[in-house]
Amino acid sequence: MAKARTIIENYIRDNFLMGQNDIELGNDTSFLELGLLDSTGVIELVTFLEEEFKIQVEDDEITPENLDTLNRITHYVEQKSA
Amino acid sequence: MSSLSLDRQVFKLDYDREIEKISTALRAYNRKHRRRGAIIALSGGIDSSVCAALCVEAFGADKVQALLLPEQDSSRTSSSLGELIAEHLKLDYIVTDLSPTLDAIGCYRWRDEAIRTVFPAYQKNWRNKIVISGGAKGGFHYFRLIVQTPEGELLEKRLPYKAYLQIVAATNFKQRIRKTIEYFHADRLNFSVIGTPNRVEYDQGFFVKNGDGSADIKPIAHLYKSQVYALARHMGLPEAICTAIPTTDTYSLPQGQDEFYYALPYEKMDLALWAKNNGIPAAKLGKTLDISIQQAELIYADIEAKRNTTTYLHAPPALVETVVEV
Repeated sequence: MAKARTIIENYIRDNFLMGQNDIELGNDTSFLELGLLDSTGVIELVTFLEEEFKIQVEDDEITPENLDTLNRITHYVEQKSA
Repeated sequence: MSSLSLDRQVFKLDYDREIEKISTALRAYNRKHRRRGAIIALSGGIDSSVCAALCVEAFGADKVQALLLPEQDSSRTSSSLGELIAEHLKLDYIVTDLSPTLDAIGCYRWRDEAIRTVFPAYQKNWRNKIVISGGAKGGFHYFRLIVQTPEGELLEKRLPYKAYLQIVAATNFKQRIRKTIEYFHADRLNFSVIGTPNRVEYDQGFFVKNGDGSADIKPIAHLYKSQVYALARHMGLPEAICTAIPTTDTYSLPQGQDEFYYALPYEKMDLALWAKNNGIPAAKLGKTLDISIQQAELIYADIEAKRNTTTYLHAPPALVETVVEV
């Protein structure tokens, strides 16, 4: 789980924060509230998760409950990979 | 709960006064920028038709150059409605088929290549469209690609990131080439270019940056679509225009605007946006639209999310330092 979290955090930092480390990205920080995710960003994130973790994200799983924080994404990926 | 009532009456306007206000603004723009008339691209839809009628009010028909700019995926209805409104307003109009230009620039090739990453069997004679999903049900938005074989079979898949971006980028050529033609004629005649978004489109980002989002003046960007329809009737535009159902006319399969962008039919979208702009609680919107409070809250959240995305579309080019002299 720790490895998945690191991979996801690095992806978010590199692609959504442009590698800048001046934004606090806690495990429960909402990407939506930070303004990091728009509809294109969501599609980008889902495609990354499918390719990186070899999972199939179902349509009804594309929700803030699964994808809006590092903790939620990590938990979701862990469940899907089990 | 807010004491403001929420029904179709909120869109009532003094239409004669509105026409005078918009005509005055159009003339003021041209006077300030030394333009002599207006270029209006007619899609056959209600927005461009009303804008054309307003330009005639402001400048007279002889100072309005209409353009009909179809391409191979445009519906025949769009062109015939465009001709109808041009003839109704007694406008000179030029028809330019954009298909050869779009073909030469790679619009269809780039689009079809992206579609084939999702549906490898896709051929030129198949039809296609993108539809929006997710947002109104509480999830994030995502887009689905629908293709139709010549036999009529419909196939549908969620779009992955690269394919989505490439299809949208390729189809955006259509709005950008259209705008290039509009500015050619504007330069040729020393006219201004009219942008035709209504308020919901302008607010929610239903336009292409440097495509249909580009214009010199946008005379109905403050009006809800319901008001644009009412204005059309008030100005006596042809019935076929006043009853036309809004479409994007961008993809080869028929596509309503609500399928592509809003996830709500325009009448409901108008009410939802008006309610949000006027501080109406979600409970009241829910009651009016006959949906749950939770669904109404999702619509409000969706409006806000689209507004955030639209910031980029409205943003002028950023400068590192202000150039104070201009």
